[in-house]
Amino acid sequence: MADFNPTIIGFACNWCCYAGADLAGTSRMKYPPNLRLIRVMCSGRIDPQFILKAFKEGADGIFIGGCHPGDCHYVSGNYKAEKRIDLLKGLLAGLGIEPERLELHWVSASEGQIFADAVTAFTERIRAFGPLALTEPAGAY
Amino acid sequence: MAKSAPKIGVYICHCGVNIAQTVDVKAVAEYAATLPNVAVARDYMYMCSDPGQDLIKKDIKELGLTRVVVAACSPRMHEPTFRGAVFGAGLNPYLYEMCNIREQCSWVHVDKAEATEKAKDLVRSAVARASLLEPLEDRYADVTKAVMVVGAGIAGIQAALDVAEAGHKVYLVEKEASIGGHMAQLDKTFPTLDCSACILTPKMVDVSRHPNVELLTLSTVKQVSGFVGSFTVTVHQKARYVDASQCTACGDCAKVCPQRLPDEFNLGLSTRTAIYQPFPQAVPAAFCRNAEQCLGSLPLACGKCLAACEKKCIDFDQKDIERDYEVGAIVIATGMDVFDALTLPEFGYGKYPDVLTSLEFERLCSAGGPTGGHIVRISDGEEPKDVVFIHCVGSRDKAVGNEYCSRVCCMFIIKQAHLLKDKLPSANVTSYYMDIRAYGKGFEEFYDRVREEGVRFKRGKPSEIFRRKGKLVVRVDDTLLGKVIEHETDMVVLGVGLVPSEGYRELAQTLKLSLSSDRFFLEAHPKLRPVDTNIDGVYLAGCAQGPKDIPDTVAQAKGAASSAIALLNKGKVKVDPIVADIDENVCSSCHICEALCPYQALIYDEHKHTMTVNQILCKGCGVCPSACPSEAITLKHFTSAQIDAQLEALLARDMTETSEVSDRVPSQKVEA
Repeated sequence: MADFNPTIIGFACNWCCYAGADLAGTSRMKYPPNLRLIRVMCSGRIDPQFILKAFKEGADGIFIGGCHPGDCHYVSGNYKAEKRIDLLKGLLAGLGIEPERLELHWVSASEGQIFADAVTAFTERIRAFGPLALTEPAGAY
Repeated sequence: MAKSAPKIGVYICHCGVNIAQTVDVKAVAEYAATLPNVAVARDYMYMCSDPGQDLIKKDIKELGLTRVVVAACSPRMHEPTFRGAVFGAGLNPYLYEMCNIREQCSWVHVDKAEATEKAKDLVRSAVARASLLEPLEDRYADVTKAVMVVGAGIAGIQAALDVAEAGHKVYLVEKEASIGGHMAQLDKTFPTLDCSACILTPKMVDVSRHPNVELLTLSTVKQVSGFVGSFTVTVHQKARYVDASQCTACGDCAKVCPQRLPDEFNLGLSTRTAIYQPFPQAVPAAFCRNAEQCLGSLPLACGKCLAACEKKCIDFDQKDIERDYEVGAIVIATGMDVFDALTLPEFGYGKYPDVLTSLEFERLCSAGGPTGGHIVRISDGEEPKDVVFIHCVGSRDKAVGNEYCSRVCCMFIIKQAHLLKDKLPSANVTSYYMDIRAYGKGFEEFYDRVREEGVRFKRGKPSEIFRRKGKLVVRVDDTLLGKVIEHETDMVVLGVGLVPSEGYRELAQTLKLSLSSDRFFLEAHPKLRPVDTNIDGVYLAGCAQGPKDIPDTVAQAKGAASSAIALLNKGKVKVDPIVADIDENVCSSCHICEALCPYQALIYDEHKHTMTVNQILCKGCGVCPSACPSEAITLKHFTSAQIDAQLEALLARDMTETSEVSDRVPSQKVEA
């Protein structure tokens, strides 16, 4: 499975994680190129359906970045994201998708290194998992 | 929506070599040209330059583009630039999409083929999103013509004075009983040896007397709501128990107070009473009473001060108050604290009375200090014959979590060594440093002068301080000699570094400000926006943003003030049109969204029997559309259709590339 190159979709909130990802870039930190990041204003915008859709359409792993607890630009969007993702993980197991293929990570605007490290670790985890093999048509969700 | 297909222009920026060295820019542009709805795809050296922007404008006019995608740096960097360019050519600025192939691609990846592949994916995703973008109208809101300055050290005082001078109302909030901050504790300032009090006190008086400034001492910020131009700040003001407008600071109350407590201003090197003036030059020039330390609270046991006060301005029944203030901008000038030397037990601080912090030593040097400016050992009151200064205590030290240089301590110590030599010329003075950082105007010259005065600077990192036969012994690894030496001395001064002031984390959470890894407040851009924050209308001044000396603090305070003044003078601010919208025909009025909204922007309309959005209150987080079971709510500019399109475009590659990958997406085939 060493030559497996996973497809990883990311969602990052504009204020913390996306800024942290930018800082990783400005600081020229390196991480694997598998991640494709989608910017949203708040992790609370991430509809669980986006995640299911991404898995359905071929993502091997999904990385979600939000502000640290208490730091959300919109007061509490990150808590809502956390709850939704916790619930969704249970559902994923039922669909035959390893819940560990979905990760929520708190990354602040100053944590470029933490972002780079988290993405690297997540990519390696998904590489070890291998391709996501959905046995059932997932269109039924 | 029955519209003709969008005509998209895609522009790939080389950013000099910043993008071009890891991403094959030409290949990405050629690829972009093959994508649906793309009318033109170009690459250019610097898209943000004038010719780069002109390229876009020209194409909009000549080719009739209806959408623009620029693949370059982060939208946090140049989205406003290109929105402006698009707008300049007559297109709605929200029909522009930015694709980040620098911070999140070329700068973080090494392999050119992989980075190019990723850039193509990101461009494909941006094009898919751009096709679905809709024009939005900017909204404008009035700016409240008042500024709140939080913290009244030299930074806050300067910012308040500048804003007030420009004719705007200022609320200057200070948590202590007097304004002045740490600068009031300093004896002399480096490298000019100005008397700190002499240059600060007039400013303190000016700011307190300015008709546009309202001083709020003993006050802290509890809550902040609103946005740029119209913040509501709730300030909690502790009771002073003394009517500051009546008190003449005669001191009769303190004379009769039986309590003796460590004096915070002198860092516990002297005592004060429970009713006290923080320091002689305090502003407001009024006493205050510490209710917890006073013997006269409940039951009334003492009350001597009440009897002694001729003007009857002491009031034990005063209560804390909480008030809301409406302001257009906020300046954060909360300053710093010094590093807690107790964190490093090897230096014996707190164990040996003659091991002092540099701020304590500063109070010893000050004529207004506990010894009247006489430098003596705390243990026996004798003048020290040998004094050791230690640099970088709590700075440049990963072990205590402070990797940064505190910037002021080298010069602070050099100045103190000078003051010591000045007062006790025969004393041996040795300074153990890691590196001397004398980078400012006149700093190196001052360092030279102090060396010539006989202060010895030795490169070495002290590891331990202990006592032997009544003497303090500093064990130090002399890094130039390459051996460990033991230095017997009478007094040690720890050059403690700077840390964020107490309560910084609560304030950051209240205001939703970001912190940098050193825990100081994070500026919007490290080079070009050093006084702005990630929150529009909130500015930084002084050490709140990072350690700095007085001139840098004053300069930044003036910068913060001018940013606030510019905002207030403009009178109106643009409010993001990214808000939620409810399709009233679809809403089933289940009220799920109502409970989720942190701004109470979702309101039930009893006549229509649907939820509605108050678009002034809505901040556009998008928590509600993600929860709406009827999909009645749309977040403008981040619609589900737009995000779905991004996702589909990002993952579309896998369906065509290799059989191994396409095999694991059976749903696509099943649906077909």
